[in-house]
Amino acid sequence: MGKNKNKTGSFMGIFRNQIFIPLAALLILALFNFIMDPSFFKITFGYNSVGNPVLSGYLITILDYGSELAILAIGMTLVTAASGGQDISVGAAIAIAGSVMLRVLCGTNSRPETLQAPIIVAFLVGCIVAMLFGAFNGILVAYFRVQPMVATLILYTAGRSIAAWINNNELPIISEPSFGYFGGFIPGVPIPTPFFIAVGCMIVTFLVLKFTTLGLYTQAVGINESSSRLNGLNPTFIKFFSFVLLGLCVAVAGLIKVSRLSTINYSVIAKDIEMDAILAVALGGNALSGGKFNMASSILGAYVIQFLTTTLYKFNVQSDALPAYKAVVVIVLVVMSAPAVREKLSSFMNKMKTKKSGAKEVSM
Amino acid sequence: MKNKIKNLSDTNLLLMITIVIFFIMYLGAMLILGSGFLKPQTFFNILNANAALLITSCGMSLVMITGGIDISVGGVVALVSMSCAVYLDYHDGNIAMSIILALLIGLAFGAVQGFLVAYLDIQPFIVTLAGMFFARGMTTIVNTNPFNVANEAFVALKNVRINVPGLGSVNKLGEYVSAYVEIGVIVALLIVLILFFILRWTKLGRSFYAVGGNRQSALMLGINVKRTKFIAHLICGLLAGIGGYVYFLHVGSGSASHASGMEMNAIASSIIGGTLLTGGVGNIIGTFFGVLSLNTIQNIVSSVGLDEAWWTGITIAAMLCLFLVIQSIVLARKKST
Repeated sequence: MGKNKNKTGSFMGIFRNQIFIPLAALLILALFNFIMDPSFFKITFGYNSVGNPVLSGYLITILDYGSELAILAIGMTLVTAASGGQDISVGAAIAIAGSVMLRVLCGTNSRPETLQAPIIVAFLVGCIVAMLFGAFNGILVAYFRVQPMVATLILYTAGRSIAAWINNNELPIISEPSFGYFGGFIPGVPIPTPFFIAVGCMIVTFLVLKFTTLGLYTQAVGINESSSRLNGLNPTFIKFFSFVLLGLCVAVAGLIKVSRLSTINYSVIAKDIEMDAILAVALGGNALSGGKFNMASSILGAYVIQFLTTTLYKFNVQSDALPAYKAVVVIVLVVMSAPAVREKLSSFMNKMKTKKSGAKEVSM
Repeated sequence: MKNKIKNLSDTNLLLMITIVIFFIMYLGAMLILGSGFLKPQTFFNILNANAALLITSCGMSLVMITGGIDISVGGVVALVSMSCAVYLDYHDGNIAMSIILALLIGLAFGAVQGFLVAYLDIQPFIVTLAGMFFARGMTTIVNTNPFNVANEAFVALKNVRINVPGLGSVNKLGEYVSAYVEIGVIVALLIVLILFFILRWTKLGRSFYAVGGNRQSALMLGINVKRTKFIAHLICGLLAGIGGYVYFLHVGSGSASHASGMEMNAIASSIIGGTLLTGGVGNIIGTFFGVLSLNTIQNIVSSVGLDEAWWTGITIAAMLCLFLVIQSIVLARKKST
């Protein structure tokens, strides 16, 4: 009996660990794909149209396209933890950042023969602009105390218009091949570059969280704003800062996005990515109302979302219909994690336990 | 004077600001831009084009007064117009059934979202964000390609014009043309009146304010907080369904990209009309003027010559931002006194 109890204890322990949720989702998805069509996991080695050695296959696609999402999930986790709300303007902000980068690279001519500025300069300008827009959201949320989702709704509506306006509604195309490296393959490396960029971001995030107090302060503000103020923190600034950091993540994701196509489509680029980023945070088991967070869990969540997207694509789901399926997943997730449902479930479990033990006592 | 302003309640102060801004804007446009704005039909065209927005904004205000938010309305409008279009055209349906279909879709969204928000205590934004994506996705699943409805009875209903007595203008040929409104506008105005009545003089209406103002004290007053929130979402869903049908009646086609950004316009209209995001403060008459102000400024922007598509988005966002800041200042001032 005692042994049994221990077992259920450790079993519940795995359950309680946050990273269990995305891992379980990943396993379920992988199993589903394995049963439906094992060729999903096949990775082939070949040469692309330029003659570079590349790996291809559904798994590589997931690693490739999940990277922007993972980078966004890092910033979104911080914003969620600090402000208890989410930023729904990330898609529009990516459009702005991408548009700015192309503008810097192309100058006034929309079809330049050569780049007008080094890529690094364009990227830095993009970072600054994206951080400024992040700061705009942050000011509304932290200083004017507007609910985060409503504050970011402003940029969500205006963002793509601003992006189109930056380039006079032209679609600049970059012919320089080296610009395509960030969203494609570096010659001679068979693994897609976005994955390396994402890993780089993860390492930086990990180091920052490990060696600075950012994570601790963010969680403190998210858990209880007034008590963290009493402890000498500045909650307003920390909220503001989390939005600026998300701006930085947006710029990196924007670089990858525009590099993939070497051009931009203002109304389509990074469409619905805000939904995926929020979903990644939720799937990572983080409370959407703020407070404690687990970064690794969020990042894994992002790749699981991409896994889901790729799976849906594989079964010929139209891209416009994708949101319907994802919305169902979101609702299931939030319902499962709702305190009211959890209480009911645990009281139900307890009832079952007492019933069982009661029955045993009777039989004894 | 200062005392008078201070004595106004939040609702009335914010309502005053909106109405004053609207009249200044419209009179300014009449004086400076002249021609178009002098015709009564310009005003009625704003109503004709935005009857659906007005209806959904009323639902939005209601939910916002209880302290929630519903961003699924645009998606629901698109889903309703697509479903009705498919039903009328491909299945040879009749008008009455299509109206019932629209109401049912709206009620279904309202009920599910209301249940999740009120009884399971999930953040309204997340629930309705999922609702929005679900509705948009479903619209594509129902039918991918946009198409015009050719159903005769429907087209006849769509073309009904109701003349406004006493208002009209002389056109270029020298004939007198009476100003007209569409059926949707009548529906919208009726809904505004009914909601105004409910909010001001019924027990249910007062409990919306109580729940939004302070959940705890509403509970102590013996108000069923959960049920009130649920009803607010239910009504909002129903209004989104009605709004969807009115929208459908105005455009006469089904498309997955219909009413894109309508949730944003509805929220903006409510906020401009003086509904506080934090709940407990708001007025349907304000929402009415919010819708008018929003579209008047769009008309002004386009008649000044800035008619590239992006200016619309930017002006709405700027206006929303301005009013959010005004609200924040009003709230801060109230707290400090």
